[in-house]
Amino acid sequence: MIRVRSLEFRYPGTDFLLRIPDFQVGTREMVAVIGPSGSGKTTLLNLVAGILVPEQGSVHCADSEVSTLSDAARRDFRISRIGFVFQDFELLDYLNVLDNVLHPYRITGALKLTPRIRERARDLLQQMGLGDKIQRGVERLSQGEKQRVAICRALLPSPQIVLADEATGNLDPRNKGHILDLLFEAVQAHGSTLLAVTHDHELLPRFDRTVDFNDFLVKDGL
Amino acid sequence: MIDSLYIAWKYVSFYKARTATLVACVTLIAALPLALELVLEESERQLLSRAESTPLLLGARGSALDLVMNSLYFGDEVPELISMRAADDMDASGLATPIPLYVRFQARGFPIVGTTLDYFDFRDLHIAQGRQMALLGECVIGAEVAERLELKPGDTLLSSPETLFDLAGVYPLKMKVAGVLARSYTPDDLAVLLDLKTAWVVQGLVHGHEDVTRTQDDSVIIKRSDNNVIANAKLVEYTEITTENVDSFHFHGAPDDYPLTAVLALPNDERSGTILRGRYLDTAIPYQLVVPGDVIVGLLANIFRIKNVLDAVILMVGVATALALILVFALSLRLRQHEIRTVFRIGGSRLTIFRLLGAEITIIFLVSGLLCGFAMIVVDQYSAELVRRLVIG
Repeated sequence: MIRVRSLEFRYPGTDFLLRIPDFQVGTREMVAVIGPSGSGKTTLLNLVAGILVPEQGSVHCADSEVSTLSDAARRDFRISRIGFVFQDFELLDYLNVLDNVLHPYRITGALKLTPRIRERARDLLQQMGLGDKIQRGVERLSQGEKQRVAICRALLPSPQIVLADEATGNLDPRNKGHILDLLFEAVQAHGSTLLAVTHDHELLPRFDRTVDFNDFLVKDGL
Repeated sequence: MIDSLYIAWKYVSFYKARTATLVACVTLIAALPLALELVLEESERQLLSRAESTPLLLGARGSALDLVMNSLYFGDEVPELISMRAADDMDASGLATPIPLYVRFQARGFPIVGTTLDYFDFRDLHIAQGRQMALLGECVIGAEVAERLELKPGDTLLSSPETLFDLAGVYPLKMKVAGVLARSYTPDDLAVLLDLKTAWVVQGLVHGHEDVTRTQDDSVIIKRSDNNVIANAKLVEYTEITTENVDSFHFHGAPDDYPLTAVLALPNDERSGTILRGRYLDTAIPYQLVVPGDVIVGLLANIFRIKNVLDAVILMVGVATALALILVFALSLRLRQHEIRTVFRIGGSRLTIFRLLGAEITIIFLVSGLLCGFAMIVVDQYSAELVRRLVIG
């Protein structure tokens, strides 16, 4: 479950202010967030994930008051509870596909890299159509393939909450449907909650609910 | 830590050129002073041990260093020549045992050392294969010469002309290898040792040719009288000494006047040595008697003075390199902002970044250390040869 109350956030040194009076996503709910570019959709995901901390208000997420956690606790929370599919993938060129998917397991003590996890990573990549590119460097992948690697990395730890920022934005129409099916299947299989930012209105009927940022968002200071 | 090393290894192996440059910088800056130290230690060992075991050395006045380097280490620089009479005079004085040396020629790049059998006892040289030289035209070769030229007793070795286009000079002498010396880890390993008379044959002072009184070929004879025969250059000179022609080899001129490069002087006792040194202090005498140890200590003092300067230069270069490396890592942090942000966003901390960077630095220094170690093994392997080429000449 995600609950945002009276949230205010401003990027230091800018006059941009994100203000969300009340916003809630239920457990196992799959919610799409739409809105104009620059309206703060990605910022909201970063606040939910604990990457950013609000100036005011609270972010309650998966039984944790994220906004009040210490830096270390927020990192542990993000690693263990959140799967984040970033808009710009956040992949490392010098690692191959499999190593990118396993990267979170190698850099933190919160996740333990076991042979079973490796096997699961291979299965996920296979399902995403990347079975034959496991050892390939990510710099040699297409944008769509990179997107799929980023989705695998987010899903591997079976997170309680999956945050997807334009998760299918770089995929062709055929792959888009397939990858979204996989994302939905994985989210449902693990009983996760999905909060996905998208600009693709064709996909909206597949979500349980759509939240239009324009409905409750106050963006001032302009 | 293993995971950090794994990721760091992936990083350094992905950016090969950047890593290779860093490794080369670290390796060079670490290897240079160590290599210098190794070579200097070896030069000190080689030079000092041999010099200290040689009590006195007699040679022509001039550079004492050239005299010592030529006589003890068979350096290429040939000192002014002295005559065999110098050795005979010393012997007649009864103060010391003279060991004449004639180090002037080469055979396939290795120095030819003309001397007497006393030299082998003095240097404690032992025959490992074959036998000691016994006949004119025979030589005994050092272990390194035998190894590099793949020679064994019974093989032959040609002397080299002093200059490439030595048209008026003597023919090369085909010397028979009588024996191979046991390895002594001294310049003797690289020497071709032969009897003084054979050395003079190499020079052409002693030579053998067909008997002009018996030759049937009149075109060889320029003038014939009852007690003299003059032949022209068509007369066959022997380039190899065999049992058949050995008797035809003969001296021209007085053997006392035959050349030497030096005489090793082994005083009977300390007192004899002091008296002997006193005798050669007179500048009117065309010889100098030097204590090789003193000459080499002087040389080493100069070398180490230069080394101190080099150490200071290397230290400065090292500091500059260290600063450059710090700058490279600092700039690399800026260039890697995106990667660092990724690590933070997927749950890494500042400590994670430090661990990854630490692992990269560890790998770079480890590889550099291995390369440096390998370089040191190579330098150590060839240090004796390096010393010979760089210091002895």
